[in-house]
Amino acid sequence: MLHHLIRQAAEHGFGETLSLAPLPAPSRRGFLKAIGAGAGVLVVGAHLPMPALAAEAAPKIIGPADPRPHAFIIVAPDNTVTVLAKHLDKGQGIVTGIATIAAEELDADWSQVRGAFAPADQKLYANHFFGIQGTGGSTAVANSWDELRMAGAAARAMLVAAASARWKVPAGEVTVSKGVVRHAASNRSLTFGELAEEAAKLPVPQQVKLKDPKDYVLIGNPDLHRLDHISKTNGTAIFSMDIRRPGQVTAVLARSPRFGGTVKSVDDAAARKVPGVIDVISLPVGVAVIARNSWAAMKGREALTVTWDDAKAETRGTDAMLADYRKAAEKPGAVAANKGDADKAIADAKAKGGHVVDGEFVFPYLAHAPMEPLNAVVALNPEGGCTIWAGSQFQTVEQMVAAHILGCKPEQVKIDTQWAGGSFGRRATTNADYIAEAVMIAKAYPTAPVHLVWTREDDIKGGRYRPLFLHRITAAVDAKGALVGWKQRIVGQSFMAGTPFEAVMVKNGVDETMVEGASDMAYPVPNLAVDAHTLASPVTTLWWRSVGHTHTAYAKEVMIDRLAKAAGKDPVAFRMEMLKDHPRLAGVLKLATEKAGWGQPLAPGKGRGVAVHESFNTYVAHVADVTVDAKGQIKVDRVVVAVDCGEVVNPDVVKAQMEGGAGWGIGHALRGEITMTDGVVDQANFDSYLPLRMSDMPVVEVHILRSHERPTGAGEPGVPTVAPAVANAVFSVTGQPLQTLPFSRGGIVS
Amino acid sequence: MVRINVNGEERQVDVPEDMPLLWVLRDELNMTGTKFGCGIAQCGACTVHIDGAPARACQTPVGMLTPDSRITTIEGVKGKAAQAVQAAWQKLDVVQCGYCQSGQIMSAIALLTDNQNPTDQDIDAAMDGNVCRCATYVRIRAAIKDAAQTMRA
Repeated sequence: MLHHLIRQAAEHGFGETLSLAPLPAPSRRGFLKAIGAGAGVLVVGAHLPMPALAAEAAPKIIGPADPRPHAFIIVAPDNTVTVLAKHLDKGQGIVTGIATIAAEELDADWSQVRGAFAPADQKLYANHFFGIQGTGGSTAVANSWDELRMAGAAARAMLVAAASARWKVPAGEVTVSKGVVRHAASNRSLTFGELAEEAAKLPVPQQVKLKDPKDYVLIGNPDLHRLDHISKTNGTAIFSMDIRRPGQVTAVLARSPRFGGTVKSVDDAAARKVPGVIDVISLPVGVAVIARNSWAAMKGREALTVTWDDAKAETRGTDAMLADYRKAAEKPGAVAANKGDADKAIADAKAKGGHVVDGEFVFPYLAHAPMEPLNAVVALNPEGGCTIWAGSQFQTVEQMVAAHILGCKPEQVKIDTQWAGGSFGRRATTNADYIAEAVMIAKAYPTAPVHLVWTREDDIKGGRYRPLFLHRITAAVDAKGALVGWKQRIVGQSFMAGTPFEAVMVKNGVDETMVEGASDMAYPVPNLAVDAHTLASPVTTLWWRSVGHTHTAYAKEVMIDRLAKAAGKDPVAFRMEMLKDHPRLAGVLKLATEKAGWGQPLAPGKGRGVAVHESFNTYVAHVADVTVDAKGQIKVDRVVVAVDCGEVVNPDVVKAQMEGGAGWGIGHALRGEITMTDGVVDQANFDSYLPLRMSDMPVVEVHILRSHERPTGAGEPGVPTVAPAVANAVFSVTGQPLQTLPFSRGGIVS
Repeated sequence: MVRINVNGEERQVDVPEDMPLLWVLRDELNMTGTKFGCGIAQCGACTVHIDGAPARACQTPVGMLTPDSRITTIEGVKGKAAQAVQAAWQKLDVVQCGYCQSGQIMSAIALLTDNQNPTDQDIDAAMDGNVCRCATYVRIRAAIKDAAQTMRA
């Protein structure tokens, strides 16, 4: 088997017969036409099938219909087992996760297991949630669960069949454990490596038996090490930033300081004189400086004089934008949820001894700022097309966009995916932005492999932000303290509008990623009205770790604490009463609050807050402990998190995602914001876009619910509830709800 | 021509003197374990040791170094502290995306070389210059304590 697998897969068409998506294949013509639209800016406007990306519906696995060991597992004569990951690993540990799932059914020994990135191939490697190859929405484990168990079980059956044939014994007498195939009666054994070639020649079984979860030895094992734990501690792990192809040149791109600006004129005389600068090329997306090394490229760019045309650019500052948002919020928006009569319920509550609570919430633009600045290496192939080395997250989109730029077929675009130094959503774009830039430069400078490198300033000022959002909420509890009415208006930008995702993600004028977590909230409010205004700006925006839940969960959970207080109820009891029909939410709330010691008295100046939410079909509750000092400044001391993500493949990886998710949520809530003055971003680097640092990090205690439900995701769901839990902890001390983010705006963060 | 000593080996590079050591390592010597994260000494991804002390390679013009300056990178770091730190990082599976970890490890080694019983405040002071966007700080702190214990044993 298995060691020639990719070629075999292609030649023999494994996977070709699978129905990967119920929707029609992407309309390439329309897609390509749309990509070309608009001078200077890549706009993609056709209809790629992208069902269930935001995962508000229950996960629907589309295929696989058959076991496909050849697509995923290489058993080599040297006795290694390499499991190919079709998903990008940007730190969330999916290479380890996928390998664990396959190795479990294969009965491999963990020490022989390796991970590698699969090539870009939509037919073989589509994400079954998306219909294209891509990673996002915390889908990777859920998407791989059946596929990799079946592949592992089929590969195991082939190894057993090979041993059975060699020994001339019934397959039923052959056992497999820790990478060794045995026949007990005759006391014979063979390693996987010794059987690899024979097994590869056997047919793939069409029916496989999967293990009973009680027999798992790798899945759920907390002691497995990540497959990247050594290479990432000795400097040998290769990121695309580290790719060095023969003759490679480095490019940096001067982009408009205002979103939507275009190049008017360029004076490159001084730049060309910088030692090491090879060429300066004007492109629709900016001015590329090509040099022998990174330093020369950056110095060359500093020496450029570019005049920009701001005719179509955003020239408002964020204060002016927010004023426009408030104006829009005065009028009804497109309806996202409407049940009962919220206005009447709120009025009745007010008239009959209940309590009404109003809140306006402001969420800033936020950059993803992955540690590895965006970059990609592109080399044109002599036979046409190109090869891209990148932390590639939406391989199919990147292939299509590159093919359009180069005038080749998407399959002529090879992608060699590398470890990605973080993403948090940034690398998954609807127009392959930075990869497209690199391909355009490579096309214009075809004689050498081109490494496009973004500096940190390019990254912080470069857009694709979590959008700026304004929420206005009015909600009421009746005289008995029951939540009876909730009105919520959300104003912001849609990053789905004008992209191939729009057809699926925007319904009745509402981008679901703006209202997810609000319009479908679990609390059973009998009278609920949620609407939304989508306002346009040339400022580019994008999903950002946990997407709409970054703001909807925050607004909801802070309001719930205010309503609980108005009703005179304990915040946990108030929530628990409303979650009777949501056992998994109630389960994590109970676990987190028990472990945190909810209800135990706290010292003066100490506060404790809670929040609970479902996102990406995973259930999470946070309890945060804070200290508010005499000056009113806060420190987050401890966070207790409980998570239910179904069957847990790698408990320690889930734990790590909860630790990291807590840090991500707290860091941005404390100090994270991108602001603009006259359309120019005020922040530039980590001295002004302030990241969470060691001394900010609280103790984090993670508790995972045991479950045999289908596995869901862990990369994003650990984010939404941590910031509101911290805010509620502060609220418990000061009585002041924190409704404008980041908290530093309120002067309570040093 | 600039002469520098990297990991005990003398290297000659034909670069302008204002080129930061970071780019000399990465682009001229093809030693890519030292990472570019911010370029302004705000993230610590480029941390190396110069004569045993942690330094940000992105803010160290190569012309300021002499052939006597001992530059140590993640590729060449050795010794009791290095061994203890890397073993602890591996034992606790500290890494997520891993991009900042060369710098984190170089800072941690420098801390533990000087102080084998660091307090939480010592760890904050030594490590606050190293950003991890994955927020692996909980495990970095635990790994430093674990390595310190190994070194004291």
